[in-house]
Amino acid sequence: MSSSFTKSTARNIFYGGSVFFFLLFLGLTFDTMNTLPKRDNSANLTESAIRGKKIWETRNCIGCHTLLGEGAYFAPELGNVYKRRGPDFIRAWMAAQPTGAPGRRQMPQFNLNEKEMNDLVEFLKYSSEINTNNWPPNIEG
Amino acid sequence: MQYKSQAVAKPYFIAAIALFVGQILFGLIMGLQYIIGDFLFPLIPFNVARMVHTNLLIVWLLFGFMGAAYYLIPEESERELHSPKLAMLMFWVFLVAGALTVVGYLAVPYASLAKITGNDLLETMGREFLEQPLPTKVGIVIVALVFLFNISMTVLRGRKTSISLVMLAGLWGLALFFLFSFINPSNLVKDKFYWWWVVHLWVEGVWELILGAMLAFVLIKVTGVDREVIEKWLYSIIAMSLITGIIGTGHHYFWIGAPAYWQWWGSVFSALEPIPFFMMTVFAFNMVNRRRRDHPNRAAVLWALGTGVMAFLGAGVWGFLHTLSPVNYYTHGTQITAAHGHMAFYGAYAMVVMTMISYTMPLMRGRQANSNKSQVVEMWSFWLMTVSMVFITLFLTAAGVLQVWLQRIATTPLSFMETQDQIAIFYWLRLASGVVFMIGLGLYIFSFFVSGNKDDKVAEA
Repeated sequence: MSSSFTKSTARNIFYGGSVFFFLLFLGLTFDTMNTLPKRDNSANLTESAIRGKKIWETRNCIGCHTLLGEGAYFAPELGNVYKRRGPDFIRAWMAAQPTGAPGRRQMPQFNLNEKEMNDLVEFLKYSSEINTNNWPPNIEG
Repeated sequence: MQYKSQAVAKPYFIAAIALFVGQILFGLIMGLQYIIGDFLFPLIPFNVARMVHTNLLIVWLLFGFMGAAYYLIPEESERELHSPKLAMLMFWVFLVAGALTVVGYLAVPYASLAKITGNDLLETMGREFLEQPLPTKVGIVIVALVFLFNISMTVLRGRKTSISLVMLAGLWGLALFFLFSFINPSNLVKDKFYWWWVVHLWVEGVWELILGAMLAFVLIKVTGVDREVIEKWLYSIIAMSLITGIIGTGHHYFWIGAPAYWQWWGSVFSALEPIPFFMMTVFAFNMVNRRRRDHPNRAAVLWALGTGVMAFLGAGVWGFLHTLSPVNYYTHGTQITAAHGHMAFYGAYAMVVMTMISYTMPLMRGRQANSNKSQVVEMWSFWLMTVSMVFITLFLTAAGVLQVWLQRIATTPLSFMETQDQIAIFYWLRLASGVVFMIGLGLYIFSFFVSGNKDDKVAEA
């Protein structure tokens, strides 16, 4: 680096650049929060779906599955599972775990009661209706 | 070692290495579960193993960062640490809290753990990497604050160098952004949006300041290059890190419900994120080439150069590979992400901690460098771990490309599990590379116990 570019120049770029781009980031965040109601399906975020989100979290589903592509890559994407499989399949699937098939990946049995199961399905339905810019590319997730 | 209190770094580094072993062990368990699905089920289900794997990574890196700060800050400030006692107390608090958390993950079903630890009071659990129970999260904040108080007081009352200020800024940022782990809106989109304020603004933001400061510190020591030059590089690198990285957060906002304009902001800025990492590589090689002394600790020099190269490959190149939104549309949430994650964390953060350990540990043990024999073993461990990590990344990338093709592009797409069966061969190869990595790690630990012949002992400090 040339001698006209001094340490204090570099330091000023660091401070100035960081502050400028952080403020820009806050501005974009502010705009995002204002735009979200049109996209985030919050109109359908019912009490049941909120309880379902808590069930999703306290069973650590994200430790195997992805949800809108984020999480672990050990088991299928569940952001669109409501559309891929439908509510009845989800209930039957959860009830049948673990399959015990030798050598196959196993999902634990979470012993959810009927109300909890409904809440979870409600949460997955809500998630599947978020505007994700058409992701995933197809129904397989 | 110029100040007695720098020695508190030692237990921090030992704990970091011990937890690193645990991390790799659980990595191997998961690697096997990817192929033999019911391995250790129901004793250790995959989600539990993964939680232990990723949480141990975070905790051992934090131990490494704190140990590095406790060594580096007194030396830069030219005074003893404000309170070595407080540093030792926090060491035990953090270690016990970390151990109890891992025991909790392994011994109790997650839902019960959530109930016992008061998740109902403030629901923060069950989100990737932030799975820790509420008391652990609060504990992390307390340990971080006490730690920051300790090193900030040291800096305030001593010499203020650019390296210590950058280190301090990075560590304060780390603590500040962790506070977003307590924010968990029931609106899934907002939950995900602010979750990245912890995860992205850590690893592609403030952690880069810590990385840069640690690397600069070691490079000054082992090359003897003028501080002005090194600190100019440091500021230039971290300026680019934050200029690209903050808005670069947008590359996580493509498909989670955020507005579509993030595809532009995220793609453009994150495409520039490799620049600071490339600068880091150039920086490390440049400084070593312009060295004014040949430091007897050649292993530390190797780690420093390795950090530059591997951080650029893992974070820079493998990040760029899938960061543009039209590409990410297909690769999001696949093994491509896993490939990038592995090499980036190893190349940037695991390696910089090992650089610091490699440089400081001999000094804390009363010698300028280890014996030649010990350094040779350490360098073997460097190559075994680094090369096997390259292979882990390549195999996961191959798995990811096939996964994208079979599941998302092919004219008759396969289901997730059908796809996984098709790419199993790459999981086998990844597991084999993982075993080599573990051997390398074993050798690394062994290198601390190699004393070497008396006659080839390097100059005592």
